Amino acid sequence: MEREPAKPGTPATNVLERQIAGLDALEMANRSRPGLLRRTWASTWPVLAAVAIAIGAWELVVLSGWKPTYVLPGPAQVFPQLGRDLSESSFWAGLGLTMRRAIIGFALAIIAGVLLGAVVSRVRFLRVAFGSLITGLQTMPSIAWFPLAILLFQLSESAILFVIVLGAAPSIANGLIAGVDYTPPILLRAGKILGLRGLALYRHLILPASLPAFVTGLKQGWAFAWRSLMAGELLVIIGHHTSLGVRLEYARENIDAPDMIAVMIVILFIGIVIDRLFSAADRALRRSRGLDPS
Amino acid sequence: MSATTREPERTTAPPVRIDGVSKAYGTGGGALLALDKVSLSVEPGEFVCILGASGCGKSTLLSIVAGLDRPTLGTVDAGGARVGLMFQEPALFPWLTVAGNVELALRTRGVPKAERRRRAAELLAAVHLDGFGRKRPHQLSGGMRQRVAIARALAQDSDVLLMDEPFGALDTMTRDLLHDELERIWSERSLTVLFVTHNVREAVRLGDRVVLLSSRPGRVVEEFPVPLDRPRRIDDASVAALAGRITDRLREEVGRHGA
Repeated sequence: MEREPAKPGTPATNVLERQIAGLDALEMANRSRPGLLRRTWASTWPVLAAVAIAIGAWELVVLSGWKPTYVLPGPAQVFPQLGRDLSESSFWAGLGLTMRRAIIGFALAIIAGVLLGAVVSRVRFLRVAFGSLITGLQTMPSIAWFPLAILLFQLSESAILFVIVLGAAPSIANGLIAGVDYTPPILLRAGKILGLRGLALYRHLILPASLPAFVTGLKQGWAFAWRSLMAGELLVIIGHHTSLGVRLEYARENIDAPDMIAVMIVILFIGIVIDRLFSAADRALRRSRGLDPS
Repeated sequence: MSATTREPERTTAPPVRIDGVSKAYGTGGGALLALDKVSLSVEPGEFVCILGASGCGKSTLLSIVAGLDRPTLGTVDAGGARVGLMFQEPALFPWLTVAGNVELALRTRGVPKAERRRRAAELLAAVHLDGFGRKRPHQLSGGMRQRVAIARALAQDSDVLLMDEPFGALDTMTRDLLHDELERIWSERSLTVLFVTHNVREAVRLGDRVVLLSSRPGRVVEEFPVPLDRPRRIDDASVAALAGRITDRLREEVGRHGA
């Protein structure tokens, strides 16, 4: 064994360097992820299978003759109607109106939720006072807000946006509060040692640490926003274009069941696609931090 | 290996003086005394190991020296030295890359952006992690993460490095290599190290001096100088012999709580 003081470049140091490098190489787990195509397929086929089963069950119910087909049409009637809808420019104009409301409403909900969450998570007194109230707000069905919204804003865009914000903001605020609350104490200690204080502490530690919980809150907030919007469009019938909700309502009034179900499919589809986008963002975020269970 | 551009010579740094430090949690009859009049002086460039069983307030003592906690009585004077602290967990920020973690420490010290990248690369090279800067902490092994934590502590340009059982969660082979690594960094940078452990051999392997604390409350029981030449190995007979003596003393101390 070398008994000289270890200095860079001496045999003792080189031996240590090699041993450490060897151990690192052995311990670096080389977990390779399957390719993008494989992963996409692996997550897509169960969805396709579920859709096929659902359509099959629907067809069976229709075939059983439980209801006449002008009330409950089968896939063979609905999908051609859906195709015709999708080729109409007025359908897309209406869809555009709905999505514009969704995006504006959700954006306002994010602003409100973040402000609320930031204030409540910072001020201890407010947290005690409003913490459980915010959670309680989430249980309020959004449709129950409409009478008040219509009184306040009449039948207007503002009434719809009001309800979207009230529906989605509590989830978003809760996500942020949970994220701030569950910032690991050990990281907070490390941050203090590094000299992070005040605004820098938020910027470099608390906000990034709470991001996963915040994204979860956004995802939940989106689900509430979308539901509130659809309820609003059924109740508050305004606008130059027939939005998705209005189209649904008109189809019912005209007893046009195929169109009604076609619109429902579009509503469901949009809700699911955006939910999956949030889920993908959530997973990517967790994976980049090594929180991915798989 | 690239030598660092700046050779730190801190012979003028003052000692760390821990003077009559007591720490009580709670008040009145239910108060728990964690530390009882602990006094200790650590010379610049000295490597001191604090050894004790559970409940000796080792971690509390380090928190107080680091300024994360206040003593109930007594004073700590680091003479204005920069103090870095490492934990048993590496406590790296998982949303930053390995280099990003080190760069953040440089940033809070006000190192300009252009220089941060270069300094971070140097520091990672100093803990033999060149080429791993772009990885995320979770992609590294436990030993590698703990070396990143060392690099981050060095990035703070600390004169005094406080280490709270930093290798306690590592397997023995990794731990032994990190002992060599830490000893090299300590001597190259003339750091002052205050190292807390419950592993007697580790304390003797690393320390210039081993300070034995009693449990509940933590008191300094005895100090053992370690007059052994460096570099040492944890399985040297001389290390084992001294560790045996200290273990006997530690067991005697622990036995008082069984009566």
